[in-house]
Amino acid sequence: MRCKNMVNVGRRQFLRGGAMAAAGAAAATVTSAPAEAGAPVPPAQLEYPSARLANIADLKVNEPLDIEYPDADSPGVLLKLGTAVEGGAGPDGDIVAFSTICPHKGFGMSYNSEDRTLNCPGHFSRFDVEAGGQEVWGHATQNVPQFTLRIDDKGDIYAEGSSDLIFGRPSNVL
Amino acid sequence: MGYKREIDRLPIPPKDAKVHNVTCHYCIVGCGYKAYTWPRGKQGTMKNNAYGIDLSEQQPAMGTWLAPSQYNVVKQNGKDVHLALVPDADCVVNNGLTSIRGGRMGENRPSDVMRTQQQRLTDPMIWRNGVWQPTSWDDALDLVARVTARIITEYGEDELLVSMFDHGGSAGGYENTWGTGKLYFQSMNIKNARIHNRPAYNSEVHATRDMGVGELNNSYSDYEVTDTIFIIGANPLETQTNLFLNHMRKGLENGARFIMVDPRRTVTVNAAEEIAGKENVLHLAIKPATDIALMNALFTYIVDKGWTDNEFIKNSTFQGGEAVPLDEAHPAGLGSLEYALNACRTSTAKAAEICGVPEADIIKAAEWIAKPKSDGSRRKCATAYEKGIIWGNDNYRANGAIVNIALATGNIGREGGGCCRLGGHQEGYYRPADHVGRPATYVDQLLISGGGKIHHIWATDHFKTTLNAAEYKEVHRRRANIVKDAMDASASGTREQQVEAIVAAVNAGGLFVVDMDIIHSQIGQDAHVILPACESNEMNLTSMNGERRLRLSERYMDPYGQSRPDCLIAAGIAQNLERVLREMGQDKYADQFKGYDWKTEEDAFMDGYHQGNPDVTYDRLRAMGNNGVQEPVVGYKGGKLVGTKRLYSDGKFDRHGRKDKKALFCAAAYRGLQAPGKAQERATHKFWINNVRANVFWQNQFLDQTNDFIQDRFPYPFIEMNPQDMADLGIKAGDLIEIHNENGATQGMAYPTDTARRGQVAMVFGSPSGSQGNVVNPGVNELILPNYKHTWGDIRKLADATPRSAHVSFKSKEYKA
Ligand code: SF4
Ligand code: FES
Repeated sequence: MRCKNMVNVGRRQFLRGGAMAAAGAAAATVTSAPAEAGAPVPPAQLEYPSARLANIADLKVNEPLDIEYPDADSPGVLLKLGTAVEGGAGPDGDIVAFSTICPHKGFGMSYNSEDRTLNCPGHFSRFDVEAGGQEVWGHATQNVPQFTLRIDDKGDIYAEGSSDLIFGRPSNVL
Repeated sequence: MGYKREIDRLPIPPKDAKVHNVTCHYCIVGCGYKAYTWPRGKQGTMKNNAYGIDLSEQQPAMGTWLAPSQYNVVKQNGKDVHLALVPDADCVVNNGLTSIRGGRMGENRPSDVMRTQQQRLTDPMIWRNGVWQPTSWDDALDLVARVTARIITEYGEDELLVSMFDHGGSAGGYENTWGTGKLYFQSMNIKNARIHNRPAYNSEVHATRDMGVGELNNSYSDYEVTDTIFIIGANPLETQTNLFLNHMRKGLENGARFIMVDPRRTVTVNAAEEIAGKENVLHLAIKPATDIALMNALFTYIVDKGWTDNEFIKNSTFQGGEAVPLDEAHPAGLGSLEYALNACRTSTAKAAEICGVPEADIIKAAEWIAKPKSDGSRRKCATAYEKGIIWGNDNYRANGAIVNIALATGNIGREGGGCCRLGGHQEGYYRPADHVGRPATYVDQLLISGGGKIHHIWATDHFKTTLNAAEYKEVHRRRANIVKDAMDASASGTREQQVEAIVAAVNAGGLFVVDMDIIHSQIGQDAHVILPACESNEMNLTSMNGERRLRLSERYMDPYGQSRPDCLIAAGIAQNLERVLREMGQDKYADQFKGYDWKTEEDAFMDGYHQGNPDVTYDRLRAMGNNGVQEPVVGYKGGKLVGTKRLYSDGKFDRHGRKDKKALFCAAAYRGLQAPGKAQERATHKFWINNVRANVFWQNQFLDQTNDFIQDRFPYPFIEMNPQDMADLGIKAGDLIEIHNENGATQGMAYPTDTARRGQVAMVFGSPSGSQGNVVNPGVNELILPNYKHTWGDIRKLADATPRSAHVSFKSKEYKA
């Protein structure tokens, strides 16, 4: 089932912080080093926009909400899973958000609410939203980027970061 | 929770970055990539960069993108440089596609800056005082040569056992197969050799070759224009990923139908259904080991219906009955169509009974393969097979039974046709004629029974990938330890005394082991001398892919540490043998080891492949770029190498070497489970243990042993199992389980799979932490081809899911929109 509900978020608020994107001259960190080879290099995180995605009250269990983050060119999905998952936000620890641009070659993915996976029509990759976006099967060389969420007192849900590089950009914040 | 890379930006290659052509060295498909390298402390900008695109904009699907796994910092001419490995949109093989293997070439390079592939060997090592001590090449090669020279002069060359790759890509390639081949088959006459994945030195596809049909005879583009894609015992979406995604897919989109013969439903079947629609996909889920009965029924039905290509049969195939009788070297007779059909004749009803599939489906398959279209025109069919046949029941006859159908329908040498193996590694075989004979020696059994005194191992790890692995390992270790103990006992002696001690030890049942590899492998734990090899792109390497597309994959980085190309290691062994033999007063023998004064891998290429293919040079190949040229190369015109799009387009078949150039049919009568011990095993165990590959790490799993992304997904080898079978045994998802039978035991993680049939499990092959070969019996066919696929065993639970396996996703691998 495709994501149907769309929460409109203005593009403007995301643009700040974009200027330093390409300036990061430091080598990026590939933390695939074997454990015995020493501590991984700490990630050099960008400054991310904080974007309001929705309010907890807008969410229904297992009904995907379309979002855009960190900017309007980068679609994603916000989900309330109904059961707590590792890395889940909110009072029930069950709210998660992911990019829906496939990290293989950038096709748009759809949400299968039956087994709670993101599925890519490009080349048939699929990712498990209940397992931190782990690639269940596919061609991507990373799991699907998961957005960092913060929920304020009013129940407003904000995205404030991404775990992985989003397809089609050299920097998550353009 | 799924592994997070925590990387949110990457450096941008500047406009003046160096660009090298790269052919992915992991699988047979050989996808094209561009390697951009540039100095540290520099990068391009969003608008001004090596890709020539505006990176400040979100790129569209299929657009250019550098994934974190495609980036690294590597050494080039002694300096650290950035490396960006981007798939080549202009390469006709992959048109910009990556796979989960090739897309990680970047992070799989050794890097002291990024700390990747720190498992790579850097120095030659000799076993000294209970550990492997680093040493110089001169020291290590001297010891190898002294022990080897002593043994071959005193006891003969049959005492030298050799395990060596025969393929392209990865460790192989024309340079390295030539270097090793020249050493063992020209300078020496080694008989007791075996190949990386089978216990003898033989072809995996003797039958098709004996029938005159080379096994890689079409072009990938043939799948795009065919009417039917007919696949037996292969899983191309996982194991030839971009062949499926970039070529077979186009065929299905153009209206082709898809037939899959495989007891297991794979992601390939699912994807084919997604693309072509269920009504155009036929999955014949036959009972294990019954392929021959099915092929023979198809062959019979097609001939009886008159759907054969009679012109082709008359002009291009043998007419006079029997051409080659069944004998020790031929597990089936070969001859005319009538001759073969006489032996193969099987009714569709009989096949339905043997194979356990509906008769109507067999008839449907025959129609899809060969029934003329409604306008009377010929139906094109492209046939492909791989390990389900090659490592399956009765290899020779199964292979022959498939080729029979392709020949009968005139589907070889024509557009939209072909009858090919799909392949594993790329190919890159160029060696002098071998002296092995046919049937070849079953080298594993020879070693187990105490034969051989020295073992030279080239980039092969039988502990993970041979059959009867438990026994092999036990004996290999015991014999190697005899020599280790002797070396330890003489540690303070001179080199001469050490050599004496080693010779005495091998005469007392020991085995002196020399291991050439890029990493310290499992069989390498038995080595007394370890010689570090480098990989593709740390050297220039030529190989051809599954449509015989030859490319030069260029060196863009330095060999790691002191490692060297295998061809130059072979040259070093030869040069040292020459020196030592001369010292021993064996001048004539020493002369046999002349002719290795190669400085580079290009020298080895010119000495080998170029001699047989004088048009082909590095410069000319470099100019042909990532599209290369399809072998055989037939000329050089207008600054371009001229190749061959498909074999046998003139209807003349020569792979068997017959003067009449007529293809032969194979009298491939079905005889049940052929290999010794298999039927008994089936009768006494509950589960069929299928031996399968996974796209994620097949062909390069040894590089992934510490890769967080991969280990997070599959911390233990998966064993796909029917949920009801699991419940019966009290097994839950992620539990650690053991497969056992009289051959041994192996362990893995239960992966509940709805589509798995009761009583059938599928275990991933070649895992460093669960060798499937432990439970595979030693049964082979007459030509020593192993039957890895047919193993039966019982299953027990070992432990509940560990924290590592508990968080793994156990959802279906099948795409569901
Ligand atoms: S399909 Fe094979 S050759 Fe192509 S990128 Fe993947 S592993 Fe490499
Ligand atoms: S773009 Fe998603 S699988 Fe290829």
